[in-house]
Amino acid sequence: MSVLLVAEVLAGQLNKDSTAKALTAAAQLGAVDVLCASGGCGAAADELAALQGVNKVLCADDASYEYAMAEPMAALILSVADQYEHIVFPATTSGKNIAPRVAALLDVMVISEVMAINGPAEFVRPIYAGNAIQTVTTADAKKVMTIRTASFDSAAEGGSAAVESMAVVACDAPVAWVSNEVQESDRPELTSSDIIVSGGRGVGSEENFALIEALADKLGAAVGASRAAVDAGFAPNDWQVGQTGKIVAPQLYVAVGISGAIQHLAGMKDSKVIVAINKDEDAPIFQVADYGLVADLFDAVPEMTAAL
Amino acid sequence: MKILVPVKRVIDYSVKARVKSDQSGVELNNVKMSINPFDEIAIEEAIRLKEAGTASEVIAVSIGIEKTQETLRTALAMGADRAILINATDSVDVDIEPLAVAKLLAKVTAEEAPGMVILGKQAIDNDMNATGQMLSALLGWSQVTYASKIEVDGDTLNVTREVDDGLQNITAKMPAVVTADLRLNEPRYVKLPNIMKAKKKPLEMKTPEDYGIDVSPRLAVQSVVEPPARAAGIKVESVTELLDKLKTEAEVLS
Ligand SMILES: Cc1cc2nc3c(=O)[nH]c(=O)nc-3n(C[C@H](O)[C@H](O)[C@H](O)COP(=O)(O)OP(=O)(O)OC[C@H]3O[C@@H](n4cnc5c(N)ncnc54)[C@H](O)[C@@H]3O)c2cc1C
Ligand SMILES: Nc1ncnc2c1ncn2[C@@H]1O[C@H](COP(=O)(O)O)[C@@H](O)[C@H]1O
Repeated sequence: MSVLLVAEVLAGQLNKDSTAKALTAAAQLGAVDVLCASGGCGAAADELAALQGVNKVLCADDASYEYAMAEPMAALILSVADQYEHIVFPATTSGKNIAPRVAALLDVMVISEVMAINGPAEFVRPIYAGNAIQTVTTADAKKVMTIRTASFDSAAEGGSAAVESMAVVACDAPVAWVSNEVQESDRPELTSSDIIVSGGRGVGSEENFALIEALADKLGAAVGASRAAVDAGFAPNDWQVGQTGKIVAPQLYVAVGISGAIQHLAGMKDSKVIVAINKDEDAPIFQVADYGLVADLFDAVPEMTAAL
Repeated sequence: MKILVPVKRVIDYSVKARVKSDQSGVELNNVKMSINPFDEIAIEEAIRLKEAGTASEVIAVSIGIEKTQETLRTALAMGADRAILINATDSVDVDIEPLAVAKLLAKVTAEEAPGMVILGKQAIDNDMNATGQMLSALLGWSQVTYASKIEVDGDTLNVTREVDDGLQNITAKMPAVVTADLRLNEPRYVKLPNIMKAKKKPLEMKTPEDYGIDVSPRLAVQSVVEPPARAAGIKVESVTELLDKLKTEAEVLS
């Protein structure tokens, strides 16, 4: 039986990075049909059809799927679930919102944040903020899972799958979307950027975060933050890296004024190269840093920005 | 309106989990256990709704070993009115899966008829992030995850959610299942007199059989191992040396 990958499409826009990474994982399980549901998602369906490893794209173009609310999305997925053994989502906030709902309606467990696939019923996932790695097998007939995108490369372009339109499933949704508060930015996405510069509580204020942003812009990097920086209002919530924020694995991660709590490390310790700038030489972040610089960030960061 | 708050007993967030040498799991004996941090936030939110006159009673419920009474006492000391413990296992090493927890919670919800269930978004031990979504599906109630702000307005809940690209505002019809994100509120400290008072609050003991729910797991854990360790790094003396190393040694900058 084949695999259903639920693409992340919000307001008609494909989140290509996370979907293409989840596709790489899904393809290890069998032939992959991709569900593309949103309002005005024809272009997104075409983009999906052009990814390698896609068998066909099922396109449900309807305003009720615009922001992928869990209730209508789950009803739609349930309508085709009997054709699939595996139902796969990227482990984004949207995917993690829908997948457990689908699993419960199918009376199966959900397998969250899969980082490796050992076989059709055996999966590897992190627990305890990534301080332990669990291998599980499931006896459930259907396997519903979310894929930790940082653990897989993107599927390549060059496919030419067919796009089929799919019938909308009526759903009296009790939840209605009102608005998004999104900060527009020209910077790369946190989860797909090769370089990330993150600031923590040590940065001290929202104004001072401009130092972090200036360094990031010189490096063509995305900007991240610790929970403490977000809680204090220095940075928006979508910059949070960690156990309960975003999971990233860039080529280069620069942690500035971040102590290195377990929950922060959980989100970034698979980065290829880690740099830490901290004035406390005993900060735990130095235990995972390839290059540690004990310095005041207010000296080191501007110096670095100027030298690049 | 009653509010039901499921709370889980987990390893304290400040403790670094240690994998057992036989690869069967994480060492939980003689380790500091606490209320799951997100559940503390959920309790706090429920109590604030009661203080605001929106809720009439806050019921904390947990599924786990008998010792989980301690966790429920914490919730009671914070201000929950009463508690229910569903004693589902004798072993600290057995983790009841979200699907079974959700099924039990659906039964408790049917009995207690709350207007809202507030859970944590994620248990910091299994990191599943699933129970609230599953409960909402089983009840057919509004699903409201990752809430950073909630406001009850008659039969409607106005919610701000934390999502990958920022914040999302939604409205949800009541009754609703809500999962709490980090910035929903800052939980209060428990005062000593309240700890004493909590000892006298009702704590009902139940079993899964009382609800006719089979809690046997669907997933079988084959092994639990440590993640690969990172090779030790070095300290550099200056920004110049750092940039030089990043270019010539690590080759991540050009
Ligand atoms: C349930 C739960 C979930 C969590 N999830 C996350 C998560 O997803 N992500 C996350 O990041 N955290 C998370 N946390 C929080 C985590 O435990 C830490 O509290 C947090 O990561 C600390 O942030 P920080 O390192 O910025 O702050 P601090 O720990 O306060 O560290 C600040 C650092 O800045 C340094 N510093 C100060 N001034 C300067 C200066 N002038 N120059 C250089 N260095 C300086 C200090 O030496 C210190 O090391 C979570 C916690 C809980 C309980
Ligand atoms: N054994 C349990 N007892 C009570 N509540 C639980 C239990 N397991 C999970 N929960 C609730 O479900 C939330 C999410 O947990 P999880 O889906 O396991 O990540 C937690 O924050 C709790 O509110």
